[in-house]
Amino acid sequence: MSTAATAMLRVCTAAGCRSRGGEQLRRHCATAATEAATEAATEAMAAGAPPLRVKGVGCLGPCSDGPLLAVDAEDTTRLFGFAADQASGRARAERVAAGLQQRLRATGSAPAGAELGTWRPPGAHLIPADDPFLALQRRLVLERCGLIDPGELDDALAAGAYRQLRAVLEQDDPAAVIAAVQRSGLRGRGGAAYPTGLKWQAVAAMAGQRKLVVCNGDEGDPGAFMDRTVLEGDPHGVLEGMAIAALAVGADHGFVYVRAEYPLAIARVRRAIAQAQRRGWLGTAIGGSRHGFDVEVRVGAGAYVCGEETALIHSIEGRRGTPRPRPPYPAERGAFGLPTLINNVETFANIPVLLRLGCEVYGRGTKVFSLTGPVRRGGVLEVPLGTSLRTIVETMGGGSASGRPIKAVQTGGPSGGCVPASALDVPVDDASLRALGTLLGSGGLVVLDAGTDMVDLAAFFMAFSREESCGKCIPCRCGTVQLELLLRKLLARRGTAADLAELERLCAVVSSASLCGLGQSAPRPLLSTLRHFRPEYTALLNAEAGQPQAVQP
Amino acid sequence: MAELHADGLIEVLSRAQELEGHLSPALLRHVARRLRLPPSRVLGTASFYHLFRFTPPAAHSCLVCTGTACHVQGAAALLAALQREPLAQWGIELGTVRCVGTCSGAPLLVVDGRVWNHSSGATAVADLRRLMP
Ligand SMILES: Cc1cc2nc3c(=O)[nH]c(=O)nc-3n(C[C@H](O)[C@H](O)[C@H](O)COP(=O)(O)O)c2cc1C
Ligand code: SF4
Ligand code: FES
Ligand code: FES
Repeated sequence: MSTAATAMLRVCTAAGCRSRGGEQLRRHCATAATEAATEAATEAMAAGAPPLRVKGVGCLGPCSDGPLLAVDAEDTTRLFGFAADQASGRARAERVAAGLQQRLRATGSAPAGAELGTWRPPGAHLIPADDPFLALQRRLVLERCGLIDPGELDDALAAGAYRQLRAVLEQDDPAAVIAAVQRSGLRGRGGAAYPTGLKWQAVAAMAGQRKLVVCNGDEGDPGAFMDRTVLEGDPHGVLEGMAIAALAVGADHGFVYVRAEYPLAIARVRRAIAQAQRRGWLGTAIGGSRHGFDVEVRVGAGAYVCGEETALIHSIEGRRGTPRPRPPYPAERGAFGLPTLINNVETFANIPVLLRLGCEVYGRGTKVFSLTGPVRRGGVLEVPLGTSLRTIVETMGGGSASGRPIKAVQTGGPSGGCVPASALDVPVDDASLRALGTLLGSGGLVVLDAGTDMVDLAAFFMAFSREESCGKCIPCRCGTVQLELLLRKLLARRGTAADLAELERLCAVVSSASLCGLGQSAPRPLLSTLRHFRPEYTALLNAEAGQPQAVQP
Repeated sequence: MAELHADGLIEVLSRAQELEGHLSPALLRHVARRLRLPPSRVLGTASFYHLFRFTPPAAHSCLVCTGTACHVQGAAALLAALQREPLAQWGIELGTVRCVGTCSGAPLLVVDGRVWNHSSGATAVADLRRLMP
């Protein structure tokens, strides 16, 4: 990360660090900086230097060490965490602020915080810049996340926001934009990995006066928080991507759909939209051009299936979020019957980046992951597509934190499966993971250690799909119930070899006969654990129950 | 795009619940009348989404995260420990949520909207007890 000549404290106030007292820490440090500046001014009987800038920023990456604090001074950046600090959020904030004030006082009227180059926040530990968690990242989508104050448009503008939108407006050549997106090879980051350029082309080709652009920020996969991180840390990057998309396909209105469980992301996106409108980057005549593009936020109300694009459309229209058959695809008939472009948060955030870098430098692009479970260092990281899972989990995440060896990594949420420890060298891209019976999905990686019962995990995901099934079609509505019952029967050691066979047969029915992706993918966690950890299933079989004469209660 | 806005039913319901705590039959009828929608459409939509509730909330809410990261790090035991306590008598409503996106604090609780990281049964119960007036 680059630094300015002037010193600055960047405190992570994204949801992860906020739950660990990040906002408190920022407030206390800001107060200390102001007080120190006032004192210095009074003593010198003159107008003092401006106070040290203390900035609240988006996720800095290694959330498990939070709350995180970056000190930019004397042309270096040092990142600090408080993983080992047992103090309460308030006690820690007071302690760090007192240390900061003392240090600023000691340097007297020296330019605001210029001498913080060696300062170490009391109780903090340094996360060195060459730590693999930081050093192996390639931050494109997350470039500004953690650097800018997401609530200040000026900060984002100074860091380059809306520059690509301006260039696209000046060129005014929608076909060229679509061609560039197509050439980049970008695929949707929402899970289905559909080529983004093709989708844009389809929407652009539709006749009609009005078209819509929808940003899918439902992020329903448990254990995934990449989109939350992007929306909280750099909402303008997403809005810029949406505006470029709108120009390319000829849309004049957009929606950002965010799940209700993300109140901070919702607030930041709303604020970003209002600021961009005020400065003319959204609204009528954007950037002084003849194009208009309005965006509004729609908040989900707690239904996983609403992440599916046709269900999302119904939800935006204020209806029950049930999927419908495709075709017609949203490109043809989307929200309110209009041609609609739907892309994921991270997909949109990639657009300004790839236009700026050009296809060559952009390369295969990156993927943002959220790394969780019992790893030493977890959080959000962005790596080149094709990095091996082992690099992410063992080198960057530091391996198991529980003392038990890693058994598998779960990818793709309730639609995905497990990569066993023996296959961790797999490169993370959609094709390689599919070959292993799982999915890249949206990017949630949950590390599982040797203490994890894989049959229980399969039952956990089946229960999830059962609860979230919208009930519209029978294979999914009834199949998930049956599959969960069979799994529970196995777990209670009352299952037989016949039950196991029935389980596999039913999986095939549910995945082939369900209407939408939820039902079609619901069996995948089960099939994947069965494929890689079959002995755990067979060990649960009750041999006696298999005999015809044995009557089960 | 004003003509599209007539369909802000979910926004209206969210706001109504925010103000009133829950969606009572009278409130749902009122929303239907004001938006000129059949009551069945309003109730049908409201009942689809998990976040809408039709009974008044307790004084406090405690949600156990049962997302994947929390599940593999002890959420089930945490939930079971809390289920054994008479939380209702303490004015606390126990529920679950599927991941709030701050999984590095797993297993966690969301108590009255605030995240309690790395929760364990015994300490969580002691802290929840303190919520009682
Ligand atoms: C059950 C289900 C849930 C989904 N949830 C999400 C989600 O939370 N976020 C998302 O971007 N896509 C989700 N999708 C995929 C969307 O339907 C759609 O493919 C995606 O938003 C398209 O954007 P992309 O091409 O940029 O990935 C989900 C799909 C299914 C079947
Ligand atoms: S597969 Fe499941 S979630 Fe999808 S439409 Fe059918 S019942 Fe609904
Ligand atoms: S939320 Fe603060 S580092 Fe991720
Ligand atoms: S799984 Fe509990 S916060 Fe994500």
